[in-house]
Amino acid sequence: MPELVKVGMADAKVGTAPATLISYGLGSCIGISLYDPQTKVGGLLHIMLPDSTQSRANENRAKFADTGIPDMLNEVLKLGASKSRLVAKIAGGAQMFAFANATDIMRVGQRNAQAAKDVLAGLGIPIIGEDTGGSYGRTVSIDLSNGVYKVKTIDKGEKEI
Amino acid sequence: MSDDVASLSANQMDALREIGNVGAGNSATALSQIINRRIDMNVPRVSIVPLGDVPDLVGGPDVMVVGVFLRVYGKAPSNILFLLPRDSAFYLVDMLMGKKRGDTQKLDFMDESALMEIGNILSGAYLNALFNFTNISLLPTIPALAMDMAGAILSVVLIQLGQMGDHALVIETEFNTDDEGIKGHFFLVPDPGSLETILSAVGVE
Repeated sequence: MPELVKVGMADAKVGTAPATLISYGLGSCIGISLYDPQTKVGGLLHIMLPDSTQSRANENRAKFADTGIPDMLNEVLKLGASKSRLVAKIAGGAQMFAFANATDIMRVGQRNAQAAKDVLAGLGIPIIGEDTGGSYGRTVSIDLSNGVYKVKTIDKGEKEI
Repeated sequence: MSDDVASLSANQMDALREIGNVGAGNSATALSQIINRRIDMNVPRVSIVPLGDVPDLVGGPDVMVVGVFLRVYGKAPSNILFLLPRDSAFYLVDMLMGKKRGDTQKLDFMDESALMEIGNILSGAYLNALFNFTNISLLPTIPALAMDMAGAILSVVLIQLGQMGDHALVIETEFNTDDEGIKGHFFLVPDPGSLETILSAVGVE
């Protein structure tokens, strides 16, 4: 049985095949994976917020897109990934409750998805799979033996991106 | 008080537990009258937990729950989340709609509306008791409902807290009907700045 590594909220894990990295029950948060198909090195990051500079508590860098993604990039490079081969996939960013007058904080899912894309673009890492938005939770995992990123939901089935 | 809640004294925790007690006691009475059953309630848990551990309080981030969410406005802005495991929510709908136990297998529009109304009544009862105790007047928004993974639903509250700190202060009460058919978790999660207001209103600073 290959190793199953849990990634908590505001947390990141990196590893190599045959491990699978998994994060349960994402709502407005985003699960961002990086993967190098040749060395089979990868990582999964579970961010809660787009921007650490907008927050009073930014010690935990894995909580934010702008600090969490570069940190995870450094970690996978240390494990032998090559930056030129790295590809990214992202999922999450839902709006769980529909309110008539949704405030900014209610739309944080959208902002998280946008921030993840901007940061990855800034680092020059292509996004080859995406499943964001909607109003439902997701459990996401990446199998480091083949780079398959699975998204499980309650009512919308399961898919691979 | 610092932005992190990790530094509360034992006295302060006691005061918050008492607030949870009167609030949830009032809510339990309201629920008991609606469904005509005895409701047991545990002593409220006041916990300060890392944000990522909050879903474990209800069984883990991937447990299927129905959540009724209300934002609370006033001098001590907070969030209220009433969480029911899916089967409990279905059974509660059976009771509210006069159906046989087990009849409800999914939620239609009327069922959702009934559960939101329950969230409304429980929150009203809770906030009324809180007002009598602290003299802080708090008004809830109309409720919103979602059925999904506990982690996903809780993230709505946790992300708001995440902007200010890495811990959540939760005042949580568990309800049980006498036949154990309904289990629910009622969370009051004060915004970081609200804690000070609540504590000074009860004279514990």
